[in-house]
Amino acid sequence: MEHIVIIGNGISGVTAARHIRKLSDKRISIISAETDFFFSRTALMYVYMGHMKFEHTQPYEDWFWKKNRIELINAYVEDINHQEKTLRIKDGADIRYDRLIIATGSKPNKFGWPGQDLKGVQGLYSKQDLDGVEKYAPNNTICKRAVIVGGGLIGIELAEMLRSRDIPVTFLVRENSFWNGVLPSGESQMINEHILEHHIDLRLATNLTEILPDENGRVKAIKTDKGDVIECEFVGLTAGVAPNIDFLKDSGIEIGRGVKVNRMLETNITDIYAIGDCAEQHEAIGSRRPIEAVWYTGRMMGETVAQTICGNKTEYNPGHWFNSAKFLDVEYQTYGWVFSEKTKKDSEKHFHWRHPKEKICITVAYHSDTNKFLGINTFGIRMRHEIFDRWLTEERNVDYVMEYLKDANFDPEFYAQHETEIVAKFNTEMGTGITPKKKSWKRIFKTA
Amino acid sequence: MKIIKNIGLIIFLMGLTIFAALPVVGTYSLSPKQFEDFVGQKGIKSDLFISDIQENVVGQNFEGMFSFAPKVTHALETANAQHRKNKEYKKIIYTKPHDMAAELGKISGSGFIVEHKGLMWFLTFGLGIIGALMFILPNVVLLGKKGIKNNGIYHENATNRGWIAWMVFIFLVSFYLILYFRSEYAVNWTYLVDPISQSLSGNLAGQWFVYGFMYCVVMVVMAVRMYIKYRHNMYQMVRTTSVLFFQIVFAFLIPEIMVRLQMPYYDFKNAFPLDYDFFFQWNLKSLLNSGGIGLFILVWGIVLTVVIVPVMVYFFGKRWYCSWVCGCGGLAETLGDPYRQHSSKSLFSWKVERWLIHGVLLFALVMTGFTLYGFFAETGTVLGIKVQSIMDTYSFLIGAVFAGVIGTGFYPIFGNRVWCRFGCPLAAYLGFVQRFKSRFRITTNGGQCISCGNCSTYCEQGIDVRAYAQKGENIVRSSCVGCGVCSAVCPRGVLKLENGPEQGRINPTQILLGNDPDLMELVNRK
Repeated sequence: MEHIVIIGNGISGVTAARHIRKLSDKRISIISAETDFFFSRTALMYVYMGHMKFEHTQPYEDWFWKKNRIELINAYVEDINHQEKTLRIKDGADIRYDRLIIATGSKPNKFGWPGQDLKGVQGLYSKQDLDGVEKYAPNNTICKRAVIVGGGLIGIELAEMLRSRDIPVTFLVRENSFWNGVLPSGESQMINEHILEHHIDLRLATNLTEILPDENGRVKAIKTDKGDVIECEFVGLTAGVAPNIDFLKDSGIEIGRGVKVNRMLETNITDIYAIGDCAEQHEAIGSRRPIEAVWYTGRMMGETVAQTICGNKTEYNPGHWFNSAKFLDVEYQTYGWVFSEKTKKDSEKHFHWRHPKEKICITVAYHSDTNKFLGINTFGIRMRHEIFDRWLTEERNVDYVMEYLKDANFDPEFYAQHETEIVAKFNTEMGTGITPKKKSWKRIFKTA
Repeated sequence: MKIIKNIGLIIFLMGLTIFAALPVVGTYSLSPKQFEDFVGQKGIKSDLFISDIQENVVGQNFEGMFSFAPKVTHALETANAQHRKNKEYKKIIYTKPHDMAAELGKISGSGFIVEHKGLMWFLTFGLGIIGALMFILPNVVLLGKKGIKNNGIYHENATNRGWIAWMVFIFLVSFYLILYFRSEYAVNWTYLVDPISQSLSGNLAGQWFVYGFMYCVVMVVMAVRMYIKYRHNMYQMVRTTSVLFFQIVFAFLIPEIMVRLQMPYYDFKNAFPLDYDFFFQWNLKSLLNSGGIGLFILVWGIVLTVVIVPVMVYFFGKRWYCSWVCGCGGLAETLGDPYRQHSSKSLFSWKVERWLIHGVLLFALVMTGFTLYGFFAETGTVLGIKVQSIMDTYSFLIGAVFAGVIGTGFYPIFGNRVWCRFGCPLAAYLGFVQRFKSRFRITTNGGQCISCGNCSTYCEQGIDVRAYAQKGENIVRSSCVGCGVCSAVCPRGVLKLENGPEQGRINPTQILLGNDPDLMELVNRK
């Protein structure tokens, strides 16, 4: 029986394993040195915050793996020998594979800061990182202040975690507004305000220069490029992630920043595939980045590679871009492409609406010449994925989106609806006379 | 603010301590005149019992119910035993020994508690309410900006099955045991609410009035907590207001006022088979003897179960009843909210759930069949089984032990919906309708789920919501009571409670939205 070995038990690897099992009877093994069972990485923050126990982050009960004949191996792969088709295991016997899927995910970026390997200095990615936060920042007597370096999604999550235990947090952000390499300015500004509301010491346009140790090799303070020295007991390095592929350096597998793959998710070596955060497309797909370190894309690659491995050769062909996050109390969703002022083309125009009091706003991107709808960012309003996916496929224009915006609302019942104000502002700015249509189940459930 | 909270906690605990001490204190003395009146009113014909009480109880002073009650229960049990032996069936007293002790205790209570009902009310309920509100209200400030407030739930002793949770468990279980099985120890509690009972129904309070009143008080106070915790979520605000309204008006006030107006005691929202004794002979007789209103209740009760309940479930799901109207649900959603995360999500629990809840429904239906047959055929025995013994078994096992002692007492350990999930026959019936013929579903938002597990963790009904959401499937489950918390705690806006067309309600998917559309269609159409 063909033996499929998957390195990494994150969402990509586990999705691949599940789908291979659905489609075939092959022998499947998943190797991980991180945890025995699959857990949701994005949920680690909730364990520290006391919303859940670690076991709650595990989407499948422990019997699931045996029942589905997916072997779980807790081991660390040191090397791949693709001629022999074996994996060298640290402190263990080699493992033979017939086909190999590399799904080793990411590791936090470290940019060579002095002191970046001190005790109490870490990223937030793995279960071990979670244990580290619990060890070095368990409460505000042991950790009187924490500094977070890097204004992205993980940074703000780490800030929220630490604040949940009343630990004072200083948040260093390289940009002059939070995440404004991705978010348009109105949204970025709103999140700046929201961060301050949560009593986080946000320092924009500030870089880390050095991390200072105490006599025990623990972090004592950090220095910024503004000359400030900030005493702290914990430093979170959250300036992005990079593929976790150091062990492949001399394996003969082609690597760039990640493991190079074609659209079939095949590497240069036959029978070796790479998926998820660690995979790097030779050519970026559409407006996507060559490396997509996102939960959803990892899952899609897992779904796709399973097809290929089970004889139905399939290209990785993601549909319309979507993503989501939560900034403290504000939920964020995006469908299609909305670029920030820094990265957008001149032809991409934005319509922005922000609630006068609440932390709610949306930005709609459209093409300046054709009025074609390009994408939407929503903060504090939930939107219906199916609807936007369909509108993007149908290449609707922005007027149409405004007219039928109520169909897309996904907020819980009894929530205040904002479409009327949104469309009113749109009409004023664009000189249109759109009346929003009442929500229609018929349209929502229309199959294309 | 923290100081206010702590003072509130101390005041609350003072009130609770006094309340908890009441069952064992107090003075009881029964005068000859009181006993004579009592015998006359109850029509007691047992000379043995009368002489026993006159000899051992009347004219004496008893300190505490512990010394009073055994005399009464003993007198009753020996008298009845003797009468049975002598075949003097007319002399047998059918009041249960502990109820007799409670009734006699109620008239013989004397001393401070009885003479200062208002003050005692304040020292128990009053302090409890004030203390609890002082503990809860500062959260408006302390919880900070509005949003999900689950920080520390698994660090706190009280909400993570620590010793405080076990203390609450012991308190609740003891409270229900007294209520159902040792009502004489609730006598002192009844004095506290006598004035309120008299102003409503005109009668003195019994232990069930204490329970009803306390139920409302607890729900109001804990609803304040809900309002603060979920102030960002209009669904929770409206739903909490609804359960509160139905509890106070329909379950508490209207039945009491009906009694004052010489009508039968009836809770208009309590549908059969949750209201399992609706078709019991005594109830049918009482309704048929109550003229127009009795007939109306009889017709309403049947229409409620046969027409209103299923039709409403078709349009709105069983949530309209279970988390918007029902009293059990009301308590679960207010007092029980801090414990909702304890419901087990394992597949094993789901299997147990299906056997148990459908078993109880079957039991309730069979029992009702027996009682109805017995009623129309005017016989006490059906198929060689005494109808009374079936009813007694159900009342004891399901009505008291399951719904009360386990259903609420186990809140801090097994979560707040133990009864609703494993036992309630009405929930089982509504569940069938919800699963097979309803417009209600929890829609999963395309491919947006990140499998974090908040939804499953906080599902009080033990549904593994994530198992559906991460596959892009809508959640259509018979047990879902539509509390809306999964949707509230979802950090990515994936879940929405909706009533929509039946078509497409159940949507099995293999490949999630977001991946290549052609592939999706190919696989999903299979």
